[in-house]
Amino acid sequence: MLLQQLTNGLMLGSTYALVAIGYSLIFGVLRLLHLAHGEVFMVGAFAGLIVVLWFSLGPFAAVFGGLVVAGILGIILELVAFRPIRRRGDNYLAPIVSSVGAGLVLQEVMTKLFGAEQQGFPRQFAGAVYDLGIISITSTQIFIIVVAFASMIALHLFVTRSRLGVAIRATSENLEIASILGINVDFVIMLTFAIASALGGIAGVLVGLNFNAVSPFMGIDMATKGMAIMLIGGLGSIYGAMAGGLLLGVGEVLSVAYLASSYRDAFAFGLMIIVLLLRPRGLFATGIGEAR
Amino acid sequence: MTPLLQVTHLTRRFGGYTALADVSCDVAAGTIHALIGPNGAGKTTLFNIVSGVLRPTTGTLVYEGRDYTGTRADQVFAMGVARNFQQVRLFKGLSIVENVMIGCHARMGGLVRDLANLALPKPATEIAARRRALEMLELVGMGSRTTGLPQELTLVDQRRLEIARALASTPKLLLLDEPAAGMNPTEVRELAELVRRIVALGITVLLVEHHMRFVMAIADTITVLSAGRIIAQGPPDVIQKDQGVITAYLGPAP
Repeated sequence: MLLQQLTNGLMLGSTYALVAIGYSLIFGVLRLLHLAHGEVFMVGAFAGLIVVLWFSLGPFAAVFGGLVVAGILGIILELVAFRPIRRRGDNYLAPIVSSVGAGLVLQEVMTKLFGAEQQGFPRQFAGAVYDLGIISITSTQIFIIVVAFASMIALHLFVTRSRLGVAIRATSENLEIASILGINVDFVIMLTFAIASALGGIAGVLVGLNFNAVSPFMGIDMATKGMAIMLIGGLGSIYGAMAGGLLLGVGEVLSVAYLASSYRDAFAFGLMIIVLLLRPRGLFATGIGEAR
Repeated sequence: MTPLLQVTHLTRRFGGYTALADVSCDVAAGTIHALIGPNGAGKTTLFNIVSGVLRPTTGTLVYEGRDYTGTRADQVFAMGVARNFQQVRLFKGLSIVENVMIGCHARMGGLVRDLANLALPKPATEIAARRRALEMLELVGMGSRTTGLPQELTLVDQRRLEIARALASTPKLLLLDEPAAGMNPTEVRELAELVRRIVALGITVLLVEHHMRFVMAIADTITVLSAGRIIAQGPPDVIQKDQGVITAYLGPAP
């Protein structure tokens, strides 16, 4: 029973982690909250749905569609909601407000196009259930876990092995010095938005597959959880977001299993409060957040 | 021959305070040019303007015969003007080699092309950047310290690492802001050798330094700043005898 719950938690948590990584990446380079990120996640989910419904393609194509559409959307949001404000000098409040606005616009547009109701996401896998003795797992669950972990491993390799990844890490640490040392920080910021948003889009499709439904408002809950996870993991830390996402997913599933399902969100934020009381900078303290 | 860098009638004000007033100086290619002066003379301000971090209030900057006044810092770096920092500014989250690799970005096809190369299993630019970073560490005498994080190094090695990072970009003009600060006499001698090796590679060096014996030993030309103005300019033996310079440093003769 416990192992079964842990598996379910790992699956839920891996989608949380993908969204939270996006907040961390963007907070890293800009020291700002991207409050439309939940809506990027939602648009990614719809992109996956469109790939499935209109083009009759399978789950891998849906994930790819979510990734591409969300990634492009991320770049557009950077250019429209963040960059023009950055050009007019430092202001911490204005980009937050403009990103809230961008998120509302996205919600309204999707509501106009698809309706405010939940849309069914067709089942992509036959109902095969693999009984592994102590746990049983469905094809959908395997797909979600494999795609989410593959994305995180790919991100890890990218930031540690490639020059572009090194440039993103340098820019997160100190944007000004990175610029003086010849890094085109505007390009790095745009790339960071693209990567963060693409991961959010993947998560959107995975959540759609998991619950067999998407809605224009699915990003709202995910956004608050993603931000809570970023705080649990440590501001701007990619690995903190991964660990925090998995922790929250497992914790939530366990609280539903052993406590009461109506407390799941209270449990999530209770966990955040406990972690912040014990480790105010989060699990993987980066030291950023107070500087600049 | 036209100078590599021409600074003409440069003035920089911070509010009502004039940090630099009508400063003009030429840096000839292939030389070691030192900038000296009492604290607060405007040396670091001039460095920040030349490297594109600050914009001049008035005046022009010409590099290789081209006016680059107002150019962004990363583009100035890409033109071949690299620098270190008076307060060492390394990336604590990056390894020693990665810190040097950061310097390679500008000159190796840029980040945009990297994105296209990302699909390849081992892009040539990645391998070249790492190799160049290791070569530069070797050049500054840190060939045996390439792994680990920069904050594990001594301050002197951190300064060397910053020079390696600047050199990794294949600059034509290297700006060194107080490279000898905190060094003992042996380390200062090693630094002088390093600067000569750098010039032998065809790189022009403009440096700010308080260590007078070091400056007099290696500089071809010296510019003396005091309170934002140039008070003397010339070879070391002339500067040493200049009455205005002695007054600026020691006060007027009794």
